[in-house]
Amino acid sequence: MKILVALKQVPDTETKIKVAADGRSLDPADVKWITSPYDEYALEEAIRIKEAKGAEVVALSVGGDSTKEVLKNALALGADSAVLLKGDGQGDAYQVAQMIAAYVKDKGFDLILCGNKGLGGDNAAMGPMLAELLNVAQANVIVKLELGEGTFKAEREIEGGSEIVEGALPAVITAQKGLNEPRYASLKGIMAAKKKTIEELDATPATSGAQVSALALPPERPAGRKLEGDAAAQAQALLQALKDEAKVF
Amino acid sequence: MILVFCELKDGQIRKPSTEALSEGRRLADAAGKQLGALFAGASCAGAAEAAKFGADVIFTAEGPTLASYSSDAFATLMADTVKAKGATVLLAAATAVGKDVAPRAAARLGAGYASDVTALSIVDGKLQAVRPVYAGKAFATTTFSSAIQVATTRPNVFPAAEKAGAGATEVLPAPAGDFKSVVKEILAKASGKVDLSEANVIVSGGRGMKDGANFKILEELADAIGGVVGASRAAVDAGWGLPHSMQVGQTGKVVSPTLYIACGISGAIQHIAGMSGSKFVVAINKDPEAPIFKLANYGIVGDLFEVVPELTKAAKALGIGSN
Ligand SMILES: Cc1cc2nc3c(=O)[nH]c(=O)nc-3n(C[C@H](O)[C@H](O)[C@H](O)COP(=O)(O)OP(=O)(O)OC[C@H]3O[C@@H](n4cnc5c(N)ncnc54)[C@H](O)[C@@H]3O)c2cc1C
Ligand SMILES: Cc1cc2nc3c(=O)[nH]c(=O)nc-3n(C[C@H](O)[C@H](O)[C@H](O)COP(=O)(O)OP(=O)(O)OC[C@H]3O[C@@H](n4cnc5c(N)ncnc54)[C@H](O)[C@@H]3O)c2cc1C
Repeated sequence: MKILVALKQVPDTETKIKVAADGRSLDPADVKWITSPYDEYALEEAIRIKEAKGAEVVALSVGGDSTKEVLKNALALGADSAVLLKGDGQGDAYQVAQMIAAYVKDKGFDLILCGNKGLGGDNAAMGPMLAELLNVAQANVIVKLELGEGTFKAEREIEGGSEIVEGALPAVITAQKGLNEPRYASLKGIMAAKKKTIEELDATPATSGAQVSALALPPERPAGRKLEGDAAAQAQALLQALKDEAKVF
Repeated sequence: MILVFCELKDGQIRKPSTEALSEGRRLADAAGKQLGALFAGASCAGAAEAAKFGADVIFTAEGPTLASYSSDAFATLMADTVKAKGATVLLAAATAVGKDVAPRAAARLGAGYASDVTALSIVDGKLQAVRPVYAGKAFATTTFSSAIQVATTRPNVFPAAEKAGAGATEVLPAPAGDFKSVVKEILAKASGKVDLSEANVIVSGGRGMKDGANFKILEELADAIGGVVGASRAAVDAGWGLPHSMQVGQTGKVVSPTLYIACGISGAIQHIAGMSGSKFVVAINKDPEAPIFKLANYGIVGDLFEVVPELTKAAKALGIGSN
């Protein structure tokens, strides 16, 4: 079995967002970069499949030189090899999907694991787009995955519950929190990863469908008000305010 | 044409779909275009209601092959309808199904896609979208270079406005079957309760709740004011038996209710990211310095175990939530 894991480098969740001078991208100064947390679930799942039934795990990222950190980490965690599709700029999910599809074509992957969304970009689009471009099955926002002979059975989160999706391999599966508990890299893994090289390829050129033309910070929220008195008085004052001022009820 | 993919539940159009339809109507008027509504399922009974939300044409695809959701079947239907009707804009609500199928349909159409948008407009004949990024810490204006533009609308953001449309009907053939993946079973569908992402009122608890069993007082308050209960990650991860589906935040649900009541939640940046789109925020916390107060329209410094039951009592006395 051959598994591809698509990993995206994203700003840490603590990042204080500053808009760059171009008015449409994130100011990269002071940003700490991490692997998107959902992609960590995807990688962990691939490694567990490898441990349980044997598999070759390839980690892939589309990005620039700094993105190699994500791939080094993936190798330390247990990926067999890593590929960086190099390209400049900030394309959209559609562009990334086309680049990954061009790489994947004819390489015989049985399973492609992604995060359900890239933290920050939050499009939740690359996986389903890739599935479409490869003309294979998809299952998104997965909290449980079972593989059969050429088939999969996945539990996916939906409003107020979950549903079981079944389909044929190859497939694109996108991971949600709850799928597993990602491990930390061991010293042995980190040492072994140092001996592995990251394959660097120029990404096949592709056009984007959507662009960010402006990035803005949300408007400041108006200053709030503290409600005084004992618990009963505070409760009373709150409900009156919600009713009369905010007109929530 | 502007085409809106709509979902039915128990013979009624789901609320997020009526919101997408209403926004579609507004855009169709701005662009001088027709509004189409697309339904798919074993039965599309109830689809006619789309005329109330401005649909000029209602397309229905019915049949046993559409009884269960299949991403490839639904994406095919959507893309084929867009092409056959010459639609330039395809919308769906950003629901579990909408978010699953819309990007797949977009890729089929070679179209750009904006997910979970909070504002839409037509500029120079093309769709333009505003969407939260970095979990609401910033807003990105998205423009499209593709001839067809696809977007999903965030639930609870666009008002559902009734406006009569012609409501002509057209029956579409259902796809033949043999799909790549299909939903086999729906598990643990919580009865009657709306999902956090669609809830109008949310009462959330954090580590300050001290124990999962104490969430009962939040349930009671939520029941009294017509709300749903959420949680911080600290509460979900504490081993109190709360499911991840309750988690609000950057790695949980991003919510946009009218009212969000945070009980015993400090207001970490990752939590705020998930609920800063709430219209009104109430914070109940014993620490007057808790960051959540910076965001709160109304703050109560106090012990939640005293305040929350008082709120429930007062809400019942005022007969709130009964409307
Ligand atoms: C040539 C090129 C270079 C880029 N360089 C960078 C960069 O250095 N840093 C950066 O943050 N963005 C980069 N972008 C990425 C691009 O901005 C985003 O991937 C795209 O906008 C979608 O982001 P999202 O998080 O909303 O994706 P989503 O659709 O939410 O992502 C879902 C999943 O798809 C996979 N995925 C998404 N993007 C990538 C990727 N780039 N590589 C591997 N897997 C991915 C992940 O598994 C992710 O969890 C680049 C794009 C292009 C075309
Ligand atoms: C990658 C990453 C992703 C994350 N994603 C999320 C996410 O999606 N959602 C999320 O919520 N967090 C997330 N976090 C965690 C986040 O950083 C915080 O740790 C978490 O939000 C804290 O939860 P809390 O406010 O419930 O707990 P605490 O910060 O411990 O706050 C508890 C609060 O309760 C108050 N309190 C205690 N007792 C009482 C009482 N009797 N009456 C009134 N008030 C009381 C205290 O004063 C305190 O302010 C993430 C973190 C990381 C690193």
